[in-house]
Amino acid sequence: MELVGLTKENIRKISEIKHEEQWVLDYRLKSYELFKKEAMPSFGPKYEIDFDKVVYYKNEDISDIKDNWNNVDSCVKDEFKSLGVIDSEKYLSGIGVQYESEVIYHNMLEELVKKNVIFTSIEVAMKKYPDLVKKYFGKIVSNADNKFASLNGAVFSGGSFIYIPPNTTLDRPLQSYFRINSRSMGQFERTLIIVDDNSDLHYVEGCTAPTYSDSSLHAAVVEIYVGKNSHCRYTTIQNWAVNVLNLVTKRALVEENGVMEWIDGNIGSRATMKYPACILKGDNSSGTCITISVASKNQQQDSGAKMIHIGKNTTSNIISKSIARNGGNATYRGMVDIKKSATGSKAIVKCDSLILDKKSKSDAYPTNICRTDLSNIEHEATVSRINEDNLFYLMSRGLTEQKATELIVLGFIEKFREELPMEYALELNQLLKRNL
Amino acid sequence: MLKIDKLNVIVKDKKILNDFSIDIKDGEIHAIMGPNGTGKSTLSKVIMGNKNYKIESGKIVFNGDVINDLETDERARRGIFLSMQNPISIEGVQNSEFIKTAINARRNTPIGLYEFIKEITAKASELDLKEDMIHRAINVGASGGERKKNEVLQISLLKPSFIILDELDSGLDVDSLKKVCESLNKYLEENPKTSVLIITHYPRILEYIKPRYVHMMVNGKIVKTGNLTLALEIEKSGYSDTFNISENKVYE
Ligand SMILES: Nc1ncnc2c1ncn2[C@@H]1O[C@H](COP(=O)(O)OP(=O)(O)O)[C@@H](O)[C@H]1O
Ligand SMILES: [Mg+2]
Repeated sequence: MELVGLTKENIRKISEIKHEEQWVLDYRLKSYELFKKEAMPSFGPKYEIDFDKVVYYKNEDISDIKDNWNNVDSCVKDEFKSLGVIDSEKYLSGIGVQYESEVIYHNMLEELVKKNVIFTSIEVAMKKYPDLVKKYFGKIVSNADNKFASLNGAVFSGGSFIYIPPNTTLDRPLQSYFRINSRSMGQFERTLIIVDDNSDLHYVEGCTAPTYSDSSLHAAVVEIYVGKNSHCRYTTIQNWAVNVLNLVTKRALVEENGVMEWIDGNIGSRATMKYPACILKGDNSSGTCITISVASKNQQQDSGAKMIHIGKNTTSNIISKSIARNGGNATYRGMVDIKKSATGSKAIVKCDSLILDKKSKSDAYPTNICRTDLSNIEHEATVSRINEDNLFYLMSRGLTEQKATELIVLGFIEKFREELPMEYALELNQLLKRNL
Repeated sequence: MLKIDKLNVIVKDKKILNDFSIDIKDGEIHAIMGPNGTGKSTLSKVIMGNKNYKIESGKIVFNGDVINDLETDERARRGIFLSMQNPISIEGVQNSEFIKTAINARRNTPIGLYEFIKEITAKASELDLKEDMIHRAINVGASGGERKKNEVLQISLLKPSFIILDELDSGLDVDSLKKVCESLNKYLEENPKTSVLIITHYPRILEYIKPRYVHMMVNGKIVKTGNLTLALEIEKSGYSDTFNISENKVYE
C-alpha cells in the first residue's frame, strides 16, 4: 500500500498501520501543525517540493522484521546480496536493513543480547520500551526545530533504536542500511541512540549500500544521547541518487566527560542540507565533526557542523573538506557557539575546499560566537584550485589526468579517510573514482 | 631517439626557443650548457608537453613519431622522463602510492605489493634516501637534495628510455651528487640504449656522467657544439667569451 500527500488522514493511517499508542499519534499530529507553520529554510540550496505528491508511506505487505535472510522475500534478499550488504554482516556486531518505509531485517550477535544491548527499529522500541523512548524521543531534536524536523515528526517511519547499557563496550560497529526503490518516495526514518554512562558505540549508517533510488525526499532525524564518560561515533557516507533532496537533522547531547564524533560524508543527492550538531552540556565533554562533501554536476552540498558549548572546559573540533567539480557547489555552513557558562573551552574550525574546474563553486559560511573571555575559537579556512603544476608533475610520470586528479582528491580528504574503518575507506575510494 | 627540428616556442607572448634543433641518437649522452634565462628549462618542459609553452613552429620527433600534440602522460609512458630543476611538493599524496601508480600505468597487471616495496626500499638505500621519504607525501618537508634523489629514485623504478636531467647538481652536495651519478651510471650500463640530456651550469656533473656532445645554448638556440673540452672552456671563460672566441674563430 501507498500513502500519497500530507494530510491528517494519512498521518492517522500511518499510525494505525503501525498500531501506535496515543502519545505517538499525538506527537505526529502536533508535528504536522508545526510543519504547516514553519517556513522553508531561508538559507542554502533552493528547491521546490510539492508536498502533496510525495509518497509518505509505502510497504508491499506488512510482516514482521526478520532476523534470518532466508525468511526475507527472495527478490529483496537478492538485491541486498548484490549490494554486498549481506556479506558485510560478518564485520559487524549487528545490522538493520530498511526497505522503503519499514525495517525488514535486524540481527545482532548473541553476546550483545546477553549484554542487554537493544538494537531494533524505532517502532518496536516504542512498543517494547516506551519509557526509555519517551525519555529521549524528540528531546534532543525538537519537532519545532525546523520545517523538515517537523515533517519527520509527523510521518516518520523506520529508523533504528539503539540502547547501550552502562559500562558496555562493543568490539565492532552496529550498522543500518537504508534503501528506497520507488519513484517519488519519501524516506523519513527516525533514529534514536542512547549510550548510557561509561559505554562505547560505533554506529555506521548506510555506508556501503549505493542508493539508486528514484526518491524525491529524504528527511531524517537522528538523536543521540551520550552519557557520562561515554563515547559515540556515528559514521555515514550518503550516496543518494542525484534526484534526491537530502535534508537531515542530526544532533547529539553530550554529558560530562562524554565524547561525540560525527564522521559524515556526502557524495550523492541533488541537494543536501546537513549540519551534525553536538550540544556539549556536561563539563569536560567534547565533540568532533569531520565532514567531506563532493558536489558534481547539478549537485549542491550544503553541509557543516554545529557545536554548542554549555559545560565548562568543553572542546570541539570541526574539520570540513569540500570538493566541487563539473559545475557543482560544495558549501561549508557551520556554527560554534560558546555560551557564557562554558569557561575554559576551546573550539577549532578548519574548513578547506578544493575546486576542480572553473564551472564549480565552493563557499564557506562560518558563524563563530564566543560569549566568554575565558574560552576561545580558532578558525582556519583555505580554498584551493587544482594546481596545474601538481597535475603536470604527476602526469610527467605517466599518470593520466584522471588518475592524477584522483590522487590529489584522495590526498585532500586523507584526514577523513583515515577515520574510516578499512572496508569503508576502500568503498569511499571506489565511490569517489566513479564520481570523478 | 629524440630529434628536434627548428622549434620555436613562446610563453606569455615572449619568444623563448628560437629555431632550436638537436639530434640525440639511441644511447647517446648530450649536455646543454647556457646562461640563466636562456630557455634550458623551457626546452625540457616543452619536450615533456607542458601546456604553458606554445609551439609556434617546428617538430619534436621521438622514436620516429612527431609528438608535438601528445599529452604529457602519453609522452611519459612512451619513455620520456624529466628530472625537474625544482621538483614541487604535493600535500596529501603519498610518494610510494604515487610511484606505484606510475609503475602500474606502464603495466597490464599491477605490480605486487611485496615486489614493489622490496624494489623501492633497495633503490632508496642505494641513493641514501631516508626511508621515511618514501612514505611521506611527495617531497613534503624535503630538502632540495632529497627532492633530486627522489627524481632519480623514480628513474630507476619507471625505467625511461630518454632522460632529461635539468640541473640535477643544484641542491646536491658533492658526495650526494657522486652517489646519485653512480646510480644513474649503473642504470645506463644496464640499459645501454637509454639516451640522456643533461642540462647544467657547471661541468662537475659531466665528470661523473660523461657526455658525447656538449652544446652551448644562448638566447634559445644552440650556438656551439663540441665535447667535454667545450664545457671546461665555458667554465674558464664564461658564456659570452666562449661564444665570442668561437665566433672569432669562425671568421678568422
Ligand atoms: N611559465 C613562464 N611564464 C613566464 N615566463 C617564463 C615561464 N617559463 C619561463 N619563462 C621565461 O623564459 C625564459 C627562459 O627561462 P628558463 O627556461 O627557465 O631558463 P633557464 O632554464 O635556461 O635558466 C626566462 O626569461 C623566463 O623568465
Ligand atoms: Mg633552468
